Amino acid sequence: MRQVPHIFKKEFRTYFVSPIAYIVISIFLIVIGWFFFSTFFLFNQAGLRNFFGLLPLVFAFVIPAVTMRLFSEEFHVGSYEILLTMPVTFREVVLGKFLASVAFVAAMLVPTLAYPVTVSFLGDLDWGPVVGGYVGALLLGASFAGVGLFASSLTRNQIVAFIIGVAICFALVLVDKILLFVPAPLTDVLQYIGAGYHFENIAKGILDSRDLLYFLSLIFLSLYATHLALEEKS
Amino acid sequence: MIHVENLTKYYGELCAVDRINLDVHKGEILGILGPNGAGKTTTLRMLTGFIRPSSGTIRIKDYSIEENSLGIRKLLGYLPESAPLYHDMLVYDYLSYVADIRQVERSRKLSRIREMADLCGLNEVMHKPVAELSKGYKQRVGLAHAMIKDPEILVFDEPTSGLDPNQIVEIREIMRQIGKEKTVVLSTHILSEAEATCDRVVIINQGKIAADGTMESLKRSAGGEYSIHLALRNAGMEEVRKKLEEIGGVEGISAQEGDDAVLHVNLSCRSSDDLRERLYEKIKQTNWILLEFYQESQSLENIFQKLTLEN
Repeated sequence: MRQVPHIFKKEFRTYFVSPIAYIVISIFLIVIGWFFFSTFFLFNQAGLRNFFGLLPLVFAFVIPAVTMRLFSEEFHVGSYEILLTMPVTFREVVLGKFLASVAFVAAMLVPTLAYPVTVSFLGDLDWGPVVGGYVGALLLGASFAGVGLFASSLTRNQIVAFIIGVAICFALVLVDKILLFVPAPLTDVLQYIGAGYHFENIAKGILDSRDLLYFLSLIFLSLYATHLALEEKS
Repeated sequence: MIHVENLTKYYGELCAVDRINLDVHKGEILGILGPNGAGKTTTLRMLTGFIRPSSGTIRIKDYSIEENSLGIRKLLGYLPESAPLYHDMLVYDYLSYVADIRQVERSRKLSRIREMADLCGLNEVMHKPVAELSKGYKQRVGLAHAMIKDPEILVFDEPTSGLDPNQIVEIREIMRQIGKEKTVVLSTHILSEAEATCDRVVIINQGKIAADGTMESLKRSAGGEYSIHLALRNAGMEEVRKKLEEIGGVEGISAQEGDDAVLHVNLSCRSSDDLRERLYEKIKQTNWILLEFYQESQSLENIFQKLTLEN
């Protein structure tokens, strides 16, 4: 595990060397800021519920764009060969890259801290759901980063990686929104699978172990799948 | 140092490497030669632990590749073909990253990077992104990358492919310097390169070893013929043929009338027999004017073609 910090450092720095990081962050802030504040004053409520309500859907598109290059680019350029012939294990590579993308998601969320601060000037803000919301956002972001990393480990084409990642994340967000259309016995299962459902729970300010367990197992599963995909390749 | 036994690799149905046995000794520069698609890169990739062999064993020092691939990777420095480096990093950042991963001690890191920059001539490009470098510089960064931890064994896959003649000379010079202390395995399809840099050569063809030995022994074993070329003036074709056949030991004569009434003669001879002195004596007795006189040993290209086209 001693190589994880080195890989983390390199990947995190690479994000900010290329313009992609700034473009992705800008798009994220513009989209979420516009949707949030365009309806904010209509409700006349000093809360961030709308902001956190938008987050799963926006993340489903933005985070696969953040993670798509992590492995695909290495396969495409061939630097994967150099990486694997250095003394690193698959586990270290996967963890290092995963943590770098989570750190990037965190960096992306930092500017949005301006929203709760602004809102707290406008009215009496309840900070509980805000803290819960940010914890949930990190967990959700980390889960989607895991999924995106897995998608990236499947192909050498970044666009394909992006589409696979969006498809899986999108399905995870939507699956608990279509419960009306599925037979009754399945609803509980589908609701449990849905990432949106668990995120909303946490964003209410309730840290339930079931929701935590859901996100942690989603992260573990996607990283394990990435590990398997890499092992299969060599 | 390196011991390879019955190494085999299948890609689906295709057998890329077929039961190769190979020993590399300490301090040796081994060249793996072969036409494109012969299995050179596959062999090197298995040596460096990038792909798993279908069967067979690789032992490097006391490590076996299945049990301790990590240990082997610590001993090896590897430069893949055409140096696929991270494009968006600066050269200095890249070398520093590699030094971290290769666990160069923190106190020695900077001096080590400086040494590599000096050895590989990277001082002018240290603060440029890798993507902006020319092919020759990329290859040098790749060499620096492979050597930064001072590994005991270095593996280079086609280190000079795609470079211009000046760059090739420079890279070879660096490799020869490294080869003084290290065990080096390099692959190439350029014969003169193998002759210029390697102590020993293994020729691979269609996944099998076609020949293994020093350059000299390969030349000797493949045919054992050499030819002598003469250019004569004032000599008739028939006369030359008759006189030279008198010497004995000449296997074949071919003569051709060139411009300005110069006769070009090619003699093929057995390599066990040195004819030059007797030839000279013979020509001295005549009134021919000798314009050219040189011996040609069988060229590497011939040996290579013989070994790789036969089967």
